Amino acid sequence: MQVTEYKPLIVAFCCNWCSYAGADLAGNNRLSYPADVKIIRVPCSCRVNPMFILRAFQRGADGVILCGCHPGDCHYTTGNYYTRRRMALLFSMLDYLGIERERTRVEWVSAAEGAKFAATMNDFVAQVAALGENKRLEDLRCKK
Amino acid sequence: MQRIGVFVCHCGTNIAGTVDVKAVAAALKNEPGVVFSADYPYMCSQAGQDMIKEAIAEHRLGGIVICSCSPRMHEATFRKTAAAAGLNPYMVEIANIREQCSWVHKDMAVGTEKAIILGKAAVAKVNLNTPLTPGQSPVTKRALVIGGGIAGIQTALDIAEAGFPVDIVETKPTIGGKMAQLDKTFPTLDCAACILTPKMVDAGQHENIRIFSYSEVTAVKGFVGNFEVTIKRKARYVKEDVCTGCGLCTEKCPQKKVPNEFNLGMDNRRAIYIPFAQAVPKVATIDPDYCMMLKSGKCGVCSKVCTVGAIDYKAKDEYIEEKYGAIVVATGFNPISLEKFDEYAYSQSKDVITSLEFERLTNAAGPTQGKLLRPSDGEHPHTIVFVQCVGSRCEACSEKGKEYCSKICCMYTAKHAMLTRDKYPDTDVYVFYIDVRTPGKNFDEFYRRAVEEYGVHYIKGMVGKVSPEGKKLHVQASDLLAGKQLHIDADLVVLAAAIEPDRSARPLATMLTASMDTNDFFTEAHPKLRPVESPTAGVFLSGACQGPKDIPETVSQAGAAAAKVIGLLCKDHLTGNPCVAHADELMCNGCSTCERVCPYGAITYVEKEFRMPDRTTKLRRVASVNEAVCQGCGACTVACMSGAMDLRGFMNRQIQAEVDAICK
Repeated sequence: MQVTEYKPLIVAFCCNWCSYAGADLAGNNRLSYPADVKIIRVPCSCRVNPMFILRAFQRGADGVILCGCHPGDCHYTTGNYYTRRRMALLFSMLDYLGIERERTRVEWVSAAEGAKFAATMNDFVAQVAALGENKRLEDLRCKK
Repeated sequence: MQRIGVFVCHCGTNIAGTVDVKAVAAALKNEPGVVFSADYPYMCSQAGQDMIKEAIAEHRLGGIVICSCSPRMHEATFRKTAAAAGLNPYMVEIANIREQCSWVHKDMAVGTEKAIILGKAAVAKVNLNTPLTPGQSPVTKRALVIGGGIAGIQTALDIAEAGFPVDIVETKPTIGGKMAQLDKTFPTLDCAACILTPKMVDAGQHENIRIFSYSEVTAVKGFVGNFEVTIKRKARYVKEDVCTGCGLCTEKCPQKKVPNEFNLGMDNRRAIYIPFAQAVPKVATIDPDYCMMLKSGKCGVCSKVCTVGAIDYKAKDEYIEEKYGAIVVATGFNPISLEKFDEYAYSQSKDVITSLEFERLTNAAGPTQGKLLRPSDGEHPHTIVFVQCVGSRCEACSEKGKEYCSKICCMYTAKHAMLTRDKYPDTDVYVFYIDVRTPGKNFDEFYRRAVEEYGVHYIKGMVGKVSPEGKKLHVQASDLLAGKQLHIDADLVVLAAAIEPDRSARPLATMLTASMDTNDFFTEAHPKLRPVESPTAGVFLSGACQGPKDIPETVSQAGAAAAKVIGLLCKDHLTGNPCVAHADELMCNGCSTCERVCPYGAITYVEKEFRMPDRTTKLRRVASVNEAVCQGCGACTVACMSGAMDLRGFMNRQIQAEVDAICK
């Protein structure tokens, strides 16, 4: 029997102004992180509806990370404060549902922090990989 | 379903080195909606762009996906390409397979697999894209400057010189601000009035400038290019257009005991007054708190002596409404109240004064005609102690002071010390400091002169206590470098009080929906790259309202703000960002949540008539987004409980489609 290495599926939401640019900078500096991370660009971290995160889990994502500007640096002044509060609520709900807390994360990455972006992704992927597949929230009807 | 074209860029070997571009193009060809798929060495080159244009025409493409570098790099390029081929520029999506794929992964198989997934996500998104057209709004070619200090005057003059009409609104009876109260300016020691008053006159006489003195802004509506502002013109009981400013009334008024705020209460003025000789507009103002005629109806002396009949005791506050394209905030600063600083005995002794009071004492137009005399007994002081950082850099005592550095105090204290030693060489001058901060052109040289040429005693350490003892002020202080306690019997103690934003700033920020920091300084749109713009479009910042500043910095910022305003007013129309929020009126339940989370005040509620199934009509309150104000952050889309709010270009459906494509 062939044993294939488990590869987690990670969805990363990155705000256009800081974290997406931070991810670009990681690329410019050739700082590698696992290809399991797939980035979705949003204008601001506050654009991320908790529903998107639940949707990702439902569709089989193993981890979801949300990256925004550092508090106080939001391009839209207050967006990431909303994010912080909304995610605190969502995470406590996921906790209640029995989803491991380590599958979700909010991280502040500025446009200058390419190294932080790569390090964060390496760390997060390792963390999610250690947990294994997300079976609890995955909707098997979505599987082909 | 759109007819989609996919274009995969090699970027030389930047992408093709780790991603099998042909495999990506082939894989994406099978995605729903994709009718054309190709790769090319450099998509952004002219030949690459021509290929895109031809494909759009030939295959009647309704949307395109470019798998290339970051959208931060070439999104604008490819949008222009699409527009040139007759495709709506917002039907373009970029899959970032360089910065976020080929450059961070080394294995060809891994890179190719990820590039395909990113491409699929982009295809899924573009399938749901809708053509967007940026809104256009006209620009009112008139600017408003709030605050008539040196910042406001300079901004107004620069805008007016460019040919646009400007209004200055100033709460005091005259423009001039704090600079008018100063004696000399560092580091050149030229007289403040000599350089300021010509500018005041220029502003007063400029054909493009209107000055609303003794007025304030009471309401602001509208948005960039189209502000509607209500200005309250307080009744000054003197007809501004009739008064000649001769000053006869201010000499004859019998009410002589009014503290003169221009001299910080160190002498008195009359109830009818002109703040200072070079005031602009040079018009008398009646102080309703002290005028006997207004209070009791008995007096009327000013009306009798006025030769032109300018006095009007029946005047009322007037409100005027005006439209503006841009607003510049130049509300400036004030020294903080020193009431809470008991240790310096500011409220106990008249001889403990603030630096601004010291300015008036050394000013030839001040209460002592420029002679440095003790306020208590009018004697010449022989020992003067200057205390720096009173309330500044006060981390431990944030409830009475400020945490920040007030920036200007080191330099003006050096100036005061130097001027004192220059005029009165028999005076001993001590300056207590935490640090002496002299960044600025010729600033350190200036401070060194005070120490080396003028013999000012600079002592590193803070004053612990000032206690009035007889005619003297006993100053207890520590000398940190010598490591000992000092006891000085001073005649005069001058406190370099921290500066804070003017109190009018906070209500104004609320009216403008402009953001402020915790200290009530206005926040700039970007601390490095957009230092004179507020994050609120159309609102600009000039001078100390944005942070402590000296005069040269204030003037440069004033000019920069003016340049930004001119750039805005030069446009006939403003083109907006079409990726803005949009409310589905049928779904909106009128809860106002979005209105509260919007940082720009872009959402208002309107009453709208809806046709009901039974053919009756019903009035309902629904959200309405002002597209010229909305910046497209999307905060409201998540806050909306009924799901009525969506963000164009980043719609719920689009982001979910991307999630689905990635997770498939």
